[in-house]
Amino acid sequence: MLARLWALVIKEFLALLRDKKSRFVLIGPPLIQLLVFGYAATFDLNHIPYAVYNQDSGFASRELLGRFQGSPAFQQVATITHNAQIAPLINNQNALLVLQIGPNFTRDLLLHHPVSVQVIIDGRNSNTATLALNYVNSVILSFDTHWAATHHWGKPPAQLVVRSWFNPNLLSRWFIVPGIVALLTLVVTLLVTGLSVAREREQGTFDQLLVTPLNPLEILLGKALPGFIIGALEGVFIILAGIFWFQVPFIGSILALALGMALFLLAAIGIGLMISSLAVTQQQGLLGVFLFLVPAIILSGFATPIANMPELVQDLTYINPMRYFLVIVRGVFLEGDGFHELWSQYWPLALIALGSMTAAAWLFRHRMQ
Amino acid sequence: MKLQRLRGLIRKEFIQIWRDPSAIAIAFFMPVFLLFLFGYGVSLDARHVPVAVVVDQPSAETSTFIGGLQQSTYFTPQVYGSIQAARRAVMARRADGILWLRGDFSRQVLQGDTTSIGVFVNGKDANNARILQGYLQGVWQGWLQQRATIAGAALVIPVTGQDRIWFNPALRSRDYLVPGLIAVIMTLIGALLTALVVAREWERGTMEALMASPVTMGEILLGKLIPYFFLGMGGMLLSVALAVWLFAVPLVGSFWILLLCSSLFLLAALGMGLLISSAAHNQFVAGQIAIIVTFLPAFILSGFIFDIQSMPTALQLLTHIVAARYFVTILQTLFLAGDVWPVILWNSLALALMATFFLGVTLRRSRKRLD
Repeated sequence: MLARLWALVIKEFLALLRDKKSRFVLIGPPLIQLLVFGYAATFDLNHIPYAVYNQDSGFASRELLGRFQGSPAFQQVATITHNAQIAPLINNQNALLVLQIGPNFTRDLLLHHPVSVQVIIDGRNSNTATLALNYVNSVILSFDTHWAATHHWGKPPAQLVVRSWFNPNLLSRWFIVPGIVALLTLVVTLLVTGLSVAREREQGTFDQLLVTPLNPLEILLGKALPGFIIGALEGVFIILAGIFWFQVPFIGSILALALGMALFLLAAIGIGLMISSLAVTQQQGLLGVFLFLVPAIILSGFATPIANMPELVQDLTYINPMRYFLVIVRGVFLEGDGFHELWSQYWPLALIALGSMTAAAWLFRHRMQ
Repeated sequence: MKLQRLRGLIRKEFIQIWRDPSAIAIAFFMPVFLLFLFGYGVSLDARHVPVAVVVDQPSAETSTFIGGLQQSTYFTPQVYGSIQAARRAVMARRADGILWLRGDFSRQVLQGDTTSIGVFVNGKDANNARILQGYLQGVWQGWLQQRATIAGAALVIPVTGQDRIWFNPALRSRDYLVPGLIAVIMTLIGALLTALVVAREWERGTMEALMASPVTMGEILLGKLIPYFFLGMGGMLLSVALAVWLFAVPLVGSFWILLLCSSLFLLAALGMGLLISSAAHNQFVAGQIAIIVTFLPAFILSGFIFDIQSMPTALQLLTHIVAARYFVTILQTLFLAGDVWPVILWNSLALALMATFFLGVTLRRSRKRLD
């Protein structure tokens, strides 16, 4: 039986890799996506374009503005002198924000009166606006600490001392790149398994396969193994690229990650084979893969936290294998997780894998008759 | 070019669309599916973030501070007995951060010393951590303000930032995601639909039949362009209707300008689709190329989710050849800010140029040839 199975696996590999176009589809898009996602998908802001409207002539406002000029997160694009200039700058998106400092800024500060700086910000992209406001506040806060200490202000009764675990500089690339491991592994595995049966049906070779001595389970295994091997290879490649190219720290247990990846691949293959045995043409297979992939990615916590979703949608994510693997891969990369911490992620994955594989086997037998 | 022949081609295309529901599914089912998914599934607004709170010695001072935390809708404070227990909660992902008021908090506050409040955030999700940090800073400033008011003293923070957020004062992320999503959906309808449809014509051999007929290449292309233009505009109108009525995104700008800009963008997207299909005569490959060169850039490089100005310079340059980039800017401006002419005119000009380019190149490349 092993020899028969082996022959089938070799045949599957040949079918996948012989054709130049399908070879490209397996290798090209994942690489492009890795580079584009790795570099473009970031929530860190830099060069925030801002304009200054300074009505104060004193040294304090210059000192505050100097802190903005010195920060790599900000880039001054204009200096304006009256109110009417603010609207066009923001409307036309020349500046994301305008800092407006009132006429008595320095005088009030020297008299120990608290003052405020107006921050007028473009809210069209609300996430960028929220983040930019946080950046502005942290610059003002550091100015405050310095000013209070050097100009004999009363000390604030308490100060926040913020420390960030696992990612001290809060680089969003450390979050996104491990996520890409899960994303691309899922995409590749589904493409390999989701179209495999449909392709044979379309080309008419499926009937030939059925008259061979292989039994349905062996055929299914022969379809599953190439998906597993290719998915695992691409996954390992992206993990290595993440560590050595994007320099994301890897502090957890490799074996714990390997187990997670194996379970995740099995779950993905099961779903891919389910789509595959339902689809009659490759077109339908492709559509099925697309209809599964998009929600699976969006509702996985890859880009936006699951906790922000409505509760009904949150419940829906429990059947999404990518949700669990994302926790595993990020936990192992950044938090140093091992088997013990990840147990709660393994068993749902195993359950999904078992369920989808069984369903695929049933569908496969059922559709053959 | 004969009008009668063109009419015939268009009729044929509509009959084909009618017979094979997959085109209608892409044009009308896809927008609804994606809008629902994104409208309900994607949100960057953190609400009820679980924060572990550790108070070593409860007192009046600590309870006013925690009170501020509880009032905020951003947090769900959970009290833990010790910092070790709180740390375990963060490790087990039951909490996103810790706020620690140490044993000497009240004593030092009353003595007039500056005590430090320990804040630990799980930085794994950097974006979320930064937002959490900002919220906690807000609670802290609110607490200082409250203390100053009660004591009748001036606030001890020299400078505070006073935010005035234009166009989306509540910073609802849905209001900017949904308009951006319309650009993604239209890219999908325009490019994927045409790329697949023409490739199918090649695959089935009906392209040869068309070429043997007296129609010119220009008529064939127009015969594809016109029906799918109307299908795409139908999908667009459906998306706008859902955005305005279901997701309650305000449409501040003019509807007619929106319609005009959308047609420009759709022409560019259809042109891209036709160009792809003239390069790939196979549905599978055409579909793959369409997803890689149109759908993915529309998603990532258009400024739809990720800020373009923060990308590396090389990628920023690359975004200039992504049609969706211009359309996303127009959509976000029209929906939230109104008819800002400089933004609309320049971006429309870019869209018009791209549409002309893609359609022109397609026309030049397309010859009546079988190879």
